[in-house]
Amino acid sequence: MGAQRKGASRVSDDHEELARVSLQAVLLADSFTTKFRPITLERPKVLLPLVNVPMINYTLSWLESAGVEEVFVFCCANSKQVIDYLENSDWVSLPDFAVRTIESHNSISAGDALRLIYERNVIHGDFVLITGDTISNMSLTQALQEHKERKKKDSNAVMTMVVKRSKPSPITHQSRLGTDELFMAIDHNTKQLVYYEDRVDYSKGIIHLDKSLIMDNSSISLHNDMQDCYIDICSPEVLSLFTDNFDYQHLRRHFVKGLLLDDIMGYKIYTHEICSSYAARIDNYRSYDTVSKDIIQRWTYPLVPDVKFFGNSTYKLERQGMYRASEILQARSAQVGPFTVIGDNSKIGDNTKITNSIIGHGCSIGSNVKIEGSYIWDNVTIEDGCKISNAIVCDGVVIKSGAELEPGVILSFKVVVGDQFTVPSYSKVSLFEQPTNQDSDEELEYADNSSGIVEFADTTDKSNSALMSNPLEMQGWPASELGKGGLGYVWSICEGSVEEEWRHSVAPIPADKLEKVLHKAPDDEVELTQDANVLPPSGELKSDSYVSDGDDNESSRDDSIHFEKEVEATFLRAVHENIEVANVILEVNSLRLSFNKVASDCAGAIFYSLMNFALDSSRGSSSELLKNTTSIITKWKKLLKYYLTDLDEEIEVILKFEEICLESAKEFTPHFTKILWQLYDQEIIQEEAILKWDAEKKEADDSDKLFVKQAEKFIEWLKVASEEEEEEEEE
Amino acid sequence: MDFQVVVLAGGTSKNLVPLVSKELPKALLPVANRPVLSYVLELLELSNLKDIIVVAEGEDVALRIGSWISGAYDERLRVEVTSVPEDVGTAGALRAISRHLTANDILVVSGDLVSDVPPGAVAATHRRNGAVVTAMLCSVPVSGSSESGSAGGKDKTKKAVIHNIVGLDPTKQFLLYIASGAEIEKDYKIQKSILRAVGQMDIRADLMDAYMYAFKRSALQKVLDQKDTFRSLRQDVLPYLVRSQLRSEVLLNGTPRTEENGLEKVGSHKIQVLLSQILSNSSATSFHDLYASGADGSIPVRKTHKCCVYIPPSSNYCARLFSIQSYSDINRDVIGEASHLSGYSFSAQNNIIHPSAQLGSKTTVGPHCMLGEGSQMGDKCSVKRSVIGRHCRIGSNVKIANSVVMDHVTIADGCSIQGSVICSNVQLQERAVLRDCQVGAGFVVTAACEYKGEALARKEK
Repeated sequence: MGAQRKGASRVSDDHEELARVSLQAVLLADSFTTKFRPITLERPKVLLPLVNVPMINYTLSWLESAGVEEVFVFCCANSKQVIDYLENSDWVSLPDFAVRTIESHNSISAGDALRLIYERNVIHGDFVLITGDTISNMSLTQALQEHKERKKKDSNAVMTMVVKRSKPSPITHQSRLGTDELFMAIDHNTKQLVYYEDRVDYSKGIIHLDKSLIMDNSSISLHNDMQDCYIDICSPEVLSLFTDNFDYQHLRRHFVKGLLLDDIMGYKIYTHEICSSYAARIDNYRSYDTVSKDIIQRWTYPLVPDVKFFGNSTYKLERQGMYRASEILQARSAQVGPFTVIGDNSKIGDNTKITNSIIGHGCSIGSNVKIEGSYIWDNVTIEDGCKISNAIVCDGVVIKSGAELEPGVILSFKVVVGDQFTVPSYSKVSLFEQPTNQDSDEELEYADNSSGIVEFADTTDKSNSALMSNPLEMQGWPASELGKGGLGYVWSICEGSVEEEWRHSVAPIPADKLEKVLHKAPDDEVELTQDANVLPPSGELKSDSYVSDGDDNESSRDDSIHFEKEVEATFLRAVHENIEVANVILEVNSLRLSFNKVASDCAGAIFYSLMNFALDSSRGSSSELLKNTTSIITKWKKLLKYYLTDLDEEIEVILKFEEICLESAKEFTPHFTKILWQLYDQEIIQEEAILKWDAEKKEADDSDKLFVKQAEKFIEWLKVASEEEEEEEEE
Repeated sequence: MDFQVVVLAGGTSKNLVPLVSKELPKALLPVANRPVLSYVLELLELSNLKDIIVVAEGEDVALRIGSWISGAYDERLRVEVTSVPEDVGTAGALRAISRHLTANDILVVSGDLVSDVPPGAVAATHRRNGAVVTAMLCSVPVSGSSESGSAGGKDKTKKAVIHNIVGLDPTKQFLLYIASGAEIEKDYKIQKSILRAVGQMDIRADLMDAYMYAFKRSALQKVLDQKDTFRSLRQDVLPYLVRSQLRSEVLLNGTPRTEENGLEKVGSHKIQVLLSQILSNSSATSFHDLYASGADGSIPVRKTHKCCVYIPPSSNYCARLFSIQSYSDINRDVIGEASHLSGYSFSAQNNIIHPSAQLGSKTTVGPHCMLGEGSQMGDKCSVKRSVIGRHCRIGSNVKIANSVVMDHVTIADGCSIQGSVICSNVQLQERAVLRDCQVGAGFVVTAACEYKGEALARKEK
């Protein structure tokens, strides 16, 4: 694909482009997740049919209607199929709408994709960033204008996120799109996003908001009733930010959180709430189900089956939300119920009942079949007497007579279900064997995922016709797995998620699961309020001590200990493997982000690791300990200094040191002053920090002053020195 | 109305030294020449709340307040003055008078509130919602005098603006989170369970807890009994009730269900729709029932209670006298912007000069000033935006601006007083200059002394 060439040619007409500022969009045609497996092994997600039209057409149609003039489609997994599809479609021949593809084989995340796009240097203005599985009919005009105006006033306003109100279920804590609940804090007046928490940690019942948020903004709104539409209007800086922070992978988890936490750069993210228009992203099977139903019920108008847009054929809307293509062979005795779509050239046999379902093109459905709430794609053969409920059946599947699909079943391409066989609920069946290396680690999954897909893509491309038999003949098919005459592997559900499978399935949540969750919920609640009940009497509250944090101390302390351990492990690895300081800093930074810590925590943790290392390496001998500590501090001072940007962090280190001497390693106690002097001498800690620490401790109890007393002389000396200095200056 | 009112008159607040003393407890500090407590009492009277218990810290204070009330409000109000030991805290004070509380609902008001918000509105909100507690939140008054608005002063007022951090639901009826005192200096911890139930919580820093609460008596007494470490209503009891609103521990088992309704009713319509989709086969009726009951819908496993707020329109005046700065502010406001509170009628020059006051020649008293009964002023004086008490003797060439001068103060010729508070029986000798000072009762400022930003008080004998 000549993306490179096209990119180059674009640069030449740069000036004209800038003059009238055309709107560009980046469409990620890969979700970089594995939620739609096994279907996505054979076909990329953006080409999966949604109400009989490949998803990407919805996204592109919307972009076109919203006034976008140039779209860069970023393809990764199964890229060939996407490119072929687009090249053979009408999209490439439109006059005012340019669709260009960018192909990559080694991108494993949205971050990689954006970095590649930055390298290509094709974006020269504000752009819309979406994934190819987004269905929307919102107007971009207002959001864009808001974004531009903000940008004019404040060049740090780099992104506008589109959000929509949607209350998650109070029981399952997930939205109707099957996504997890989301906590956001938005400034009431400016609409600035100040807090974002997805992947909610259920063990923690409390949201921590930094006090500075409220000092700056007199009023912010915390939302649990908002849904992220994954439509972002970005300034070009976003791309360079991804390039600068090459550890950013995920758009939300890394980029958004990174910007919110890191106030050094001062970049800001804003939100735009849509009220009447539709926007949703198909993230999992449940959202596939929900969005399909929304389309049939015309929430997405004009993107509905009976309105002609790209890639769909004409349907006629009949009463009760029934859409029918023109050429259907339907038996007189067949009953086709409400909210159903039937594609052309499909045949429906006698006494067959279809409700709330979507049937693709060229399907043949036998007699006495019952289909409800299911998605039957193209060229599917369903023989007589089958029962299908809440399932997704991909192209070319054959369901032999009398077979039954229980709710939540996914049948991937060309699977054959044998006679009278019942496929149990939530099973996923594919002609391909399940990849064996299932790793729970998200990052690894990314890598594993894309490489696997590329491999499969090659095989599919080579011999599309041979696909059906090819993988099976090679590996010897266990015929019994899908009944007599059946074809396909039943994928086992990975460990741990067995229980959770119902959450993201196409099937509605069964009542017994809901009940189970309900039963479980009160227990969580008990814990939560018990925590909150540990109330300090007001006397303690008034004093400035930390005692009053009783309710959150437990959870945050665990967190801190965990964080310290991780940092220590990182540090030790650095020592043993001779890793460069810059890389250690990177690793610690990523830990900091994932644990939601600030620089002073890092400083404390690193100092803790240094001291522990010193203690371990000196094996008890007191004099050696001092020597070791000194040398280790000298060696790693660059690392420590990186996190000591202001006084507070330096004080944190001193406090940490005190804590170490008091609690974990009493061996340091006699050397406190000497090591403190070392820290001062090596310019790790400034004298202001020491003096301030001293001043802070003045108020404390005598037991707390142990080390201040020890260091008294040193502090005295510092004071005299600083006074002298001042005098000199005065002279 | 079955409401009992408890006025917490306090004792001698440390924040207000040197203005207060044993002889002059905080409740009796004059604001525009009448005790601050009178503002609350008259406000209550206007709302027809006449059963009042005034709680004072210490016997002495109680006696003084009692004798003043019996003089001023005899016949008009049924006031009972009781004393509690010092340092028991506000919660302790209520605990001490617990047996006197018999009404279904208790209105607790701080004695230092100067406001024109009808307490009846708070009580009505409380009743209408069947709440366990209703707090009045008012917008933060602009602090600092408008004329001496130097740059430094402005910074200071900006800093002082945040009194409370509150979380409200979108309808501004329910209190979901509150932080006060030292807590606002820390990071905020918002309970997810409450946020989940409401969906949206507005966190605001521009509201102040006005210290007027309506409590359900049974709940209040239960909290006070169970949590014997609670000392403060504002910092312990109220936050506790707010925190535990989805998991109430204060309602008696026998309470009718209708009274336990939690905040979830608000905005629950959407939830209901969603739920009815999910639970198409179950007969769940409302979110609240679901929240409060077990899965089978029969045994209530969770109890909830409501914490409400009443936010008066911003046109209302509301301030609390808790610091010297606020004392000056309130005095200024009561004779200025909020003059309807003072209860006096202003002259055409927008000031109040008692008929018995005597002014020398070429002496000017500007607008927003008050000159008390029997005070005398010499020649060529100027008074701007200040309150001068009764029977003061002021010489010639004296300048007084933005200040409060209490009763029986003697000011000799040529003095200049700005932004200061001068307590009773103070003597200022010739050409004394005071700027932003507080002068305690009976102090003598010697001739030609200059003070700036100091608190002057007589040494205890």
